[in-house]
Amino acid sequence: MNGLTLGCVYAVVALGYTMVYGIVQLINFAHGEVVMIGCMVAFSVILALAPSGLPPLLIVGAGIFIAVPTCMAVGYAVERAAYRPLRQAPRLAALITAIGMSIVLQHLALLVWSRNIIAFPQIVELKLFYLGSSPATSAAISNVQITIILTSIAMMAGLLLLVHRTKLGIAMRATSQNPQVAGLMGIDINRVISATFVIGAGLGAVAGVMVGSYYGVAHYQMGFLLGLKAFSAAVLGGIGNLAGAVLGGILMGLIESLGAGYVGDFTNVCLLDKVLPGFTEVCERSPNASLFGSNYKDVYAFIVLILVLVFRPSGLLGERVGDRA
Amino acid sequence: MGALAALRADPRLKWVGFALIAIALVALPFALAAAGTAWVRITNLAILFVLLSLGLNIVVGFAGLLDLGYIAFYAVGAYVYALLASPHFGLHLPWWAILPICAAVACFFGVILGAPTLKLRGDYLAIVTLGFGEIIRIFLNNLSEPFNLTNGPKGIATIDPVRFFGMDFGTVTSIGDIALSGTIKYYYFLLAVLLVVIVVNLRLQDSRIGRAWEAIREDEMAARAMGINTVHMKLLAFAMGASFGGVAGGMFSAIQGFISPESFILTESIMVLSMVVLGGMGNIWGVILGAVLLSFVPEILRYTVEPVQRMLFGRSLIDPEVIRMLLFGLAMVLMMLFRPAGLLPSPVRNRELRTGRDDDDDD
Amino acid sequence: MNRSTKLALAVALALGVAACGKEEPKPAPKAAAPAGVTVTIAHAGPLTGSIAHLGKDDENGTALAVAQANDKKLVIGGMPVTFKMTSEDDQADPKTGTTVAQKLVDAKVAAVIGHLNSGVTIPASEIYTKAGIPVISGAATNPTLTERGLKGVFRTVGRDDQQGPAIAAYIASDLKAKKVAILDDKTAYGEGLANEVEKALKAAKVSVVTRERVTDKETDFKAVLTKVKSRGPDVIFHGGMDATGGPMLKQARELGIKAAFAFGDGACTDEMSKLAGAAAEGLICSQAGLPAEAASKEFLDAFKAKYGDVKQYAPYFYDATLAVIEAMKKANSTDPAKFGPEIYNVSFTGATGKVEFDAKGDRKDAEITIFRLKDGNIKPLAVVKNGVSTPFGQAAEAAKPAEAAKPAAPKK
Repeated sequence: MNGLTLGCVYAVVALGYTMVYGIVQLINFAHGEVVMIGCMVAFSVILALAPSGLPPLLIVGAGIFIAVPTCMAVGYAVERAAYRPLRQAPRLAALITAIGMSIVLQHLALLVWSRNIIAFPQIVELKLFYLGSSPATSAAISNVQITIILTSIAMMAGLLLLVHRTKLGIAMRATSQNPQVAGLMGIDINRVISATFVIGAGLGAVAGVMVGSYYGVAHYQMGFLLGLKAFSAAVLGGIGNLAGAVLGGILMGLIESLGAGYVGDFTNVCLLDKVLPGFTEVCERSPNASLFGSNYKDVYAFIVLILVLVFRPSGLLGERVGDRA
Repeated sequence: MGALAALRADPRLKWVGFALIAIALVALPFALAAAGTAWVRITNLAILFVLLSLGLNIVVGFAGLLDLGYIAFYAVGAYVYALLASPHFGLHLPWWAILPICAAVACFFGVILGAPTLKLRGDYLAIVTLGFGEIIRIFLNNLSEPFNLTNGPKGIATIDPVRFFGMDFGTVTSIGDIALSGTIKYYYFLLAVLLVVIVVNLRLQDSRIGRAWEAIREDEMAARAMGINTVHMKLLAFAMGASFGGVAGGMFSAIQGFISPESFILTESIMVLSMVVLGGMGNIWGVILGAVLLSFVPEILRYTVEPVQRMLFGRSLIDPEVIRMLLFGLAMVLMMLFRPAGLLPSPVRNRELRTGRDDDDDD
Repeated sequence: MNRSTKLALAVALALGVAACGKEEPKPAPKAAAPAGVTVTIAHAGPLTGSIAHLGKDDENGTALAVAQANDKKLVIGGMPVTFKMTSEDDQADPKTGTTVAQKLVDAKVAAVIGHLNSGVTIPASEIYTKAGIPVISGAATNPTLTERGLKGVFRTVGRDDQQGPAIAAYIASDLKAKKVAILDDKTAYGEGLANEVEKALKAAKVSVVTRERVTDKETDFKAVLTKVKSRGPDVIFHGGMDATGGPMLKQARELGIKAAFAFGDGACTDEMSKLAGAAAEGLICSQAGLPAEAASKEFLDAFKAKYGDVKQYAPYFYDATLAVIEAMKKANSTDPAKFGPEIYNVSFTGATGKVEFDAKGDRKDAEITIFRLKDGNIKPLAVVKNGVSTPFGQAAEAAKPAEAAKPAAPKK
């Protein structure tokens, strides 16, 4: 269940990466930071409104309502100031700019919200639902988790509708296939690209609020690792492919949760003792030690990424594209 | 203009210039030590960063492959030195045996990283190397169990200092009237290593390999069509860059005497990258300039930002560290936007520009 | 050709930069020094960066001790002595730490009170000892610091391996735990502490059902906690700071884990109730030394009047400074070579109780206090000394008379 919730968050963030990548072939390193800013803005708003006695749902709604436009503005500004002038420049230049942007945003956020871990206010009361008879042993799912999963599904559906049913969506797909030709067909490419960044940032903002309320804490550096994992998820699913991003995100969440939980058990030294010689002494000394415990949790995402890139660079659902570098 | 060019081309003047620089570099630590040995130590760290930047420059500047996990090789070098010359395993090999091992092991990791990723496009490579850097750090932090290889987050302490013909770099030696403190000895040692690295870099740049890298950077397809084995060449770039990083890491271990995984975080990779970008990718002198400038930034900020803020607002509002990171980030963005070739652009670009025009001021 | 001019330019720039910096760091020290000697005691710690507030707290502790010593108008070696504190910022970074250490050595300070982080103190202390300058940390708890056989390295705070057994003893005897799960944040501090707790619990025949690790940057503990839950522990111990401890506790309750939580001093702060909300109620945690409430009232009043509330380690830095001054009095000299060895022999009652060092430079039988978080604040519960816990009220009573009888009456 945790894996699924986490996966939904990854999926929403991965959508932001994949949309941008699909259109301008740029890894928007700053996307993770946009998610973080969304979380922080919502946090500030909720904190400001919390004592007012308004109904909790309304307060959370207000938080999202303000966070989304803020992130959209940030996304737009970043695209306009840093990426647009470099659209014709070598890829290396755009990448370096993206990394630079990510650092700048991170530290600007640090200036605004300080570097302390801040507690995300819990204003919606937490309810636990047990998926079994006894609370002590069975898995639990909370109302927050259910909300996150439902919201993600709604947003993904909305995005798919947007891309496949609206005029803007058609323009976006056209631009991603061939910007020059799309331009000739009368599509304002700049507008479409800006719109992509803005929509991606909006999704990121909602994802930020979800992450914040799920973990209960926010931090100015939270965006980086989250962004990296979401990007890996997008690659896993097939970059540029929306359904792929969703699938990749959910898989990534599951891999990480299960990996942290169970790989440690499989590589327990006492278990290895039965297969390989030489572990007996270690097993007696520390029976709980394992070769790859939960401390390697962050490694799994990267290993998945590397494996996918080596064996199937187009991802699970991606169509084979020629090398455009 | 022409007269100046003639003057500049005078070979005697060139040697005078070299001699002046050499004297300045030899005298530098004593001048700095007068202001405080701390400044020599800062200079030593700056030289380490120059070494790192030069190594990364091979990968990013020459071959055009964006490596965001470069600090991993530095970490590998540092740990190799620490493991082979500390009480942790009870090994105490001499430095001249260890430094080549540092380079070799780092080179090996460079190839491990390079091999599976070379077929990838530039931006995938960036993110894979980033992941690789993190993986190395996580492993260093965790390999204390079940077998204690790296001593985990506690780090490795009491690493042997460099010993040179019975001269211990950890202590003060007196030659005649001149007292050489450990830091000054390290300064000369680093300077010597740096010279070797610069010479290797210069030779590489003008060699067949260097030109092959340049070709790959400009257009990989065309390079392959011209008969360059792009996979070998890219692998070589990774391996060379990594070995320089490994040597720098070994030196860091020896100077510092204590290392722990927290010295090898992603920020360090980004710092080295911004040094390369600021100075000018692909230009050795530019990269050196960038590294020197940016490694002195924290020290400059320490004496400017803090007191100024205290004077203006009565307390410190913005941490110098935040300003430093903002500067690093902005350096990358602004350089790419306005001066993509860096402060000192690569001579190749100059050459390219010059061949476009009439060659009138070129003798 | 071109290149050599460029190199010259680079060198000139480098020199220029160095020269710029050179002139500024001298704020004309000996302005109005009275006849006698001025002795500089240095404080070093993170004054900027993420734990700057703690570094500042330590600096205040040191400054208070220096100011009080000046008020006493001490005469050492027949000369009236004025103490002066200089403070350097190590940014909690080992590299900067060694640079700063070199600066202090250059400035020929008499002793260094610092640093805060073990990772910074360890490499820096090598530079100090080489220069013959004693260094006393009031916060570095990593055992390695004093295990390297260096002379002149001290700490006034308990080591991780003193604190670990204490909290383990409390978990085993007072909480009567049968099954304990141990987590840590994979930092030198967290892992060191958790290892000691594990060792002590095993010795006490308490079963350690699982040993998990997270990182100090982590915010998602649900996967690990799900595994922990499946092992059904009575008590969960986490070696880490409040930044990971708070969210972990909160998420554990969200997963329906009912086990009691125990932490070391890093998560023994009121901050926990902010980070974990209602879930923080009832957590158990330990701090090295006597709690701030039990620190000498004299110190607390003086500190509060000058700087406000004590954050964490200020009393230890205060005592570290006192130890240096005591040693100077004992040796009747302000020369580090003379008073340095005397630090091993000092014995006085400071803000954190009796201060004496063993041959390694560690504090002799340091007390560990166990706290419980109640109504949003941590409250002392018991004091553990030599593996025996006494309820806090009694322990405080026992400490009081010793403090009142000023000339360091033995406290046994």
